Amino acid sequence: MFTLTRVEEAMTKGTERERTTGEEPSAGGRPERESRETVGTVTVENPRMVCRGVNVFYGDKQAIRNVSIDIGRNEVLAMIGPSGCGKSTFIRCLNRMNDTIEGCRVTGEILLDGVNIYDRKVDVVPLRAQVGMVFQKPNPFPKSVYENVAYGPRIHGLARDRTELDRIVETALRKAGLWEEVKDRLNEPGTGLSGGQQQRLCIARTIAVNPEIILMDEPCSALDPIATSVIEDLIFELRTQYSICIVTHSMQQAARVSQRTAYFHLGDLIEVGPTERIFTNPRHPLTQDYITGRFG
Amino acid sequence: MSPIVLLGVLLLLSAAAYHVGRRKAFAMAGAGGRAVRLHSRPTYHGALVALWCALPALLLFGLWLSFENAIVTRMVLERLPESLRSQPPDRLNLLVNDIRNIAAGHFDAAAAEPAIREAAAAYQRLRGLSRQALSAAVIALAALVAVFVRRRLRPSLRARNHVEGILTALLVACSTIAIFTTLGIVLSVVYEAVLFFRIIPFWEFLFGLNWSPQMAIRADQVGASGAFGAVPVFLGTALISAIAMTVAVPIGLMSAIYLSEYAGKTFRSIAKPLIEILAGIPTVVYGFFAALTVAPFVRDLGAVFGLGVASESALAAGVVMGIMIIPFVCSLSDDFINAVPQALRDGAYSLGATRSETIRRVILPAALPGIMGGILLAVSRAIGETMIVVMAAGLAANLTVNPLKAVTTVTVQIVTLLIGDQEFDSPKTLAAFALGLVLFVVTLVLNVIALYIVRRYREQYE
Ligand SMILES: Nc1ncnc2c1ncn2[C@@H]1O[C@H](COP(=O)(O)OP(=O)(O)OP(=O)(O)O)[C@@H](O)[C@H]1O
Ligand SMILES: [Mg+2]
Repeated sequence: MFTLTRVEEAMTKGTERERTTGEEPSAGGRPERESRETVGTVTVENPRMVCRGVNVFYGDKQAIRNVSIDIGRNEVLAMIGPSGCGKSTFIRCLNRMNDTIEGCRVTGEILLDGVNIYDRKVDVVPLRAQVGMVFQKPNPFPKSVYENVAYGPRIHGLARDRTELDRIVETALRKAGLWEEVKDRLNEPGTGLSGGQQQRLCIARTIAVNPEIILMDEPCSALDPIATSVIEDLIFELRTQYSICIVTHSMQQAARVSQRTAYFHLGDLIEVGPTERIFTNPRHPLTQDYITGRFG
Repeated sequence: MSPIVLLGVLLLLSAAAYHVGRRKAFAMAGAGGRAVRLHSRPTYHGALVALWCALPALLLFGLWLSFENAIVTRMVLERLPESLRSQPPDRLNLLVNDIRNIAAGHFDAAAAEPAIREAAAAYQRLRGLSRQALSAAVIALAALVAVFVRRRLRPSLRARNHVEGILTALLVACSTIAIFTTLGIVLSVVYEAVLFFRIIPFWEFLFGLNWSPQMAIRADQVGASGAFGAVPVFLGTALISAIAMTVAVPIGLMSAIYLSEYAGKTFRSIAKPLIEILAGIPTVVYGFFAALTVAPFVRDLGAVFGLGVASESALAAGVVMGIMIIPFVCSLSDDFINAVPQALRDGAYSLGATRSETIRRVILPAALPGIMGGILLAVSRAIGETMIVVMAAGLAANLTVNPLKAVTTVTVQIVTLLIGDQEFDSPKTLAAFALGLVLFVVTLVLNVIALYIVRRYREQYE
């Protein structure tokens, strides 16, 4: 297991490196420094989503620098990197969840099936139904377990009657590996579940609306190995139809579930490539440091 | 020494006591504060000495001042000549007042009788004496106790526990003050109400349909039936409150939703204070707004539709009261909506919910306990509101639910029953206490219901 202290050490190392390369101090709003060039091929054939030159600012602070990456069909893209490097920030751009954060500004292009999702004409509501998201912190609604999962199908009118809705709810809960635990307490509040159960409830809630792209921000950080493997099975299954982006701090998990891996560092996309290649033969020194836990 | 100065001296004394206690504790601890292990830190030793210095002295101070007046007065009266002393009690009271006023320099002493002048001088002298004695006693007590406690300080003394015990006792005393005040008020209202119910049967008051509290002073007086059936009054209150809530809840809630979920930062920063200004307008101003602007408007509007509207109508009063309550509902709801975590909104949005779906299905249910609390608070405001109704709804106790007629409310009746000259034991005056009791019980029940709803909701969702 990769320990947090090591990650932090890696980060401070990174900062030191920057200082020695003598970057200019930031001037309000403009990029603090040039972005690093990404190592590896960012494009894929016949992509589902295409990101080009994405910058994200929180007020004057830049959290993502000039990131370009494609997300393929039927592929799982893992995003790894030290804490605070902007993984959550980037993944939230992909379904415009950053719109709800005051002072957050996104520039650059993000295309979904060739349409820029940041275009004025794009309606975020269907976009988010299409690009679902599981958050880093579980956020069940203060409603019953059943209502939590039924919420999405209800607002999108996915079920004709109650039996169909029941079926959708059960299927989603089964896929998230939660059904056995909650089938007798469907009417109890979702907020009364344990942290890991809540996280799986949020996963069930997301897949109940059948999104075509699923963004998962550390979905397994609160789960035990058994629940984790259930979620990983779910990811395998979902991949046959959909595209998935998953942020994870577990290298093993990234290696198990993903086809491509992207390594972020302090807001830069450092390296992208097939997962196997990244883990066996990282090219960028920062990636090497992070993957191997070797510092120097 | 005047009492204020004495209090200041006492404060200085206890500050000194604190330092003395702390110094001693440091000394006990020995070199570098390490040699001997103290049970409590030196500050607690200091605090213990300071508390013991101040509290008994304060107690003495309070007791002394509360009995001083009675004792001094009694002593002065005893010196008066027999002719003055043997008056009936109420005359004697006036005399005592005269003496005190002369002593305080409010009256011209030269105009008074020599005996009274003498008494005033005696009063002044005695009181001065008492104050000196008080100063001496308080300072001596404070110093003595402080010295005594300081000498009892030991390294093993559980000073922290003692200090915390004293503080807890102080807190308990403060909270019981609130409880006893409430209890006292309730008991006095109940007492007067019981006197009333001795004259007018309880059931007649509660379920009688006729309210005209004018009691005949002479047997041959006209228009003085003295009927105390309170139903029209309750109904009037309910009617006006209902109208007020119909105005206030939708407008308040919707403006809260707009402010917290839709409005931009600039609009919000301007609109919210403006709405809150509504809460700062004195109710009298609302009252004449209702009586002079809204009531005639309602009447004229009724005339257009061929409806006969009384010039003092429940509708006008209710609408204006509703406007008055809007900021309560709006401000509280806005706070509770804002308190709903952003993560919940994100969760709903990420499922492709629209703004209104998110608000209806996620935010409002999550904020509901707070909103209910706000609404019930507003209801008790409405029930207790007096000024607007006095000015706009009239005094006629009509048994009606027609908002276009004039009605009256509990608070208005209490006001009218108690103004003017009357004996304090006539049923007319006592009726005010009975009404007050009912008002109190209703508000209490409302609050209990509100708490119950909120608690149930909490259990379900947190
Ligand atoms: N709402 C916000 N306002 C301002 N700055 C933010 C906000 N959210 C994130 N940031 C900053 O953006 C940077 C990237 O944060 P982000 O949450 O994307 O990191 P992360 O890679 O997801 O980290 P972790 O692995 O710990 O979840 C951090 O420096 C953080 O301080
Ligand atoms: Mg994150």
